[in-house]
Amino acid sequence: MANTVLRYGGQAILYLLFAAFVGYFSTAPAYQHLAPGEALLRLSFRHPGQLTTDCRPRSAEELAKLPPQLRAQMECPRERSPVHVRVELDGKVLYDETFQPAGLRRDGAASGYHRLPIPAGDHVLRVQFNDDIRVKGFNHEGERQMKVVPGQVVLIDFIPDQGGVVIR
Amino acid sequence: MPLFLSTSSGDVPPLPDGAAARAWRALEHALDRACGVEDNPLRQLGGLGFYLFWLIAITGGYLYIFYDTSVEGAYASVEALTRGQWWAGGVMHSLHRYASDAFVAVIVLHLVRELMLGRFRGFRWYSWVSGVPTLWLALAAGVIGYWMVWDTIALFVATATAEWFGALPGFGPALVRNFIFEGAVSDRFFSLVVFLHIGLPLVLLLAMWAHVQRLTRPQTGASRAVVLWSLGAMLALSLTEPALSGPPANLVRLPASLPIDWFYLAPLTAIYATSPELVWAVSMGLTLLLTVAPWLGAPARPAPAEVVPQYCNGCRRCFADCPFAAIAMAPHPGGEGEIAVVDADRCASCGICAGSCPSSVPFRPGARLVSGIDLPDLTVGVLRDELDAAFRQPGAAGATLVFACRHGAMPAVRPELVVFGLPCAGMLPPSFVEYGLRAGAAGVAVATCGQGDCEYRFGVRWTLERLAGRREPRLRRGVDRTRLAVIHARREDRAALEAQIESFRSRLAATGAGSTAGGVRRHIFGGNGHG
Repeated sequence: MANTVLRYGGQAILYLLFAAFVGYFSTAPAYQHLAPGEALLRLSFRHPGQLTTDCRPRSAEELAKLPPQLRAQMECPRERSPVHVRVELDGKVLYDETFQPAGLRRDGAASGYHRLPIPAGDHVLRVQFNDDIRVKGFNHEGERQMKVVPGQVVLIDFIPDQGGVVIR
Repeated sequence: MPLFLSTSSGDVPPLPDGAAARAWRALEHALDRACGVEDNPLRQLGGLGFYLFWLIAITGGYLYIFYDTSVEGAYASVEALTRGQWWAGGVMHSLHRYASDAFVAVIVLHLVRELMLGRFRGFRWYSWVSGVPTLWLALAAGVIGYWMVWDTIALFVATATAEWFGALPGFGPALVRNFIFEGAVSDRFFSLVVFLHIGLPLVLLLAMWAHVQRLTRPQTGASRAVVLWSLGAMLALSLTEPALSGPPANLVRLPASLPIDWFYLAPLTAIYATSPELVWAVSMGLTLLLTVAPWLGAPARPAPAEVVPQYCNGCRRCFADCPFAAIAMAPHPGGEGEIAVVDADRCASCGICAGSCPSSVPFRPGARLVSGIDLPDLTVGVLRDELDAAFRQPGAAGATLVFACRHGAMPAVRPELVVFGLPCAGMLPPSFVEYGLRAGAAGVAVATCGQGDCEYRFGVRWTLERLAGRREPRLRRGVDRTRLAVIHARREDRAALEAQIESFRSRLAATGAGSTAGGVRRHIFGGNGHG
């Protein structure tokens, strides 16, 4: 009898310990995704840069060397410019990166994603894009004065149809 | 040098044993005291995993009935189920969550157990390697499940998963854009998530089925006590700490602190602590390491069992008894009946097949005993020859004959014992008990490894059933059972084995057994040419 009680008691303790282990690690310890008092800047864009070179007419000699079905008068290289992005917060450079176009021929869109935790509070956010290798500096820019609260997510995107740099 | 006979020169020592294996066995033995061998959850982790899978499937099926696959409805339907129907849907939700967590814990424990016991090399390579994808599939199915709730954690998990996969060349950083814009997530997304959350477990079930394909009678369920205790524990947890959703997903607000499920989401947090690329490298490296582990530093495999066609009558006993499905039946080359065929890659070289063979009878006439199926390096013919030689020694008559599993405890060699070490107790054909008695032994002790410790799954069980006359080949009914002892001795329990042998010897002495054994031996061997 005593053995039976001990055995059942032992098993009860064993399974309760296992349940406690499962129950605890199912929700704890809490994961600190951002430090207290931080907000998050998310840079995310997908944008095909400008073509690196303009179309040019082919010479008669060049046309003659091509198979008849490929003798287009204009040669248009497909390679696109990399996209250069700079993010400044309150006048300080927070992030500066160049994203290469996708594809073996570098003729696809450039994609970028980066998380930038920032302290909550009042800030001036300035974002610059350059999507044309032939332009010095930046050819797109967006700036916003903002007040961010802890845990707020600010998204930086690049949408040419909406004027280029989008901060929301 | 004798192959089976243990002598004072130290032949047939116990098999080498690592510290990890000793530590794990100590843990199992400690739990044996609380749960009993049959109901020790550590001894049925694989079966417990199957049970939890079905528990997750049933509870998930109930939740699916009420789940709304839309942006607006996903969160609301889970909330309505969890809070509005707490007594059924809420409990099911919690059971689904906690059983899933326990499933991961059990899979990891199962992996650690086999690793610590060294049960992943040699013939076990297939079971080990086929188990590796189940870990990935279980994690993937669980992570996808967190998306369905579409609360703050779901958004974090979806974004983090996309960020992690975005580091792979085929996906790219644009993948995360599916989750961070208003309107990016559509109703169709939730249909896709449901498809994945049902589809991945189905693939997992297929992988689990493949995982047990090289086992005879695989344990695909837990004992009743383990089922009831674990269900009770999960229910108690579900009622005291119900699994609840967080606030609904909000694309512009992210809580700094998230109560995440570490069983599934730990790898995702690692991408922020390190980088997605590093987490991929470590994950892939670990997966590769686990996959090739069976071949890292693996010792040479013993020769697999071989079939001798002229002695195989196609009785199917070895086919039924092989614990690792290494034996198939095929048409006999002689043209009549069947013959056993050994798959060398699956063969554990445990000798259980030799112990089951009706031709492994030492009384058969002939200078050389050849069994229908046997281990080429450790034949029952050699076992008989060594037994004969041992009892031909002066003073051997009246000794106690011990057949001991080398994975269990081996008794110390001394004059009053004749000890044979076997790769598994299941290799012993029952007729060798009678043969030993007739050869001059006062009694025969069959020392198996500890209950539940069998290296080859069914060695102890088949031995007990054969000696009890409940399984072919049976120990002949006329054999004096008082001169037979079956002792279960764990490797660490050598003293207990010695004590039981001494107790057995005392009983034999009290009954006067063995006093005429020598005469019997001469009579038998004089008749069949082995004296």
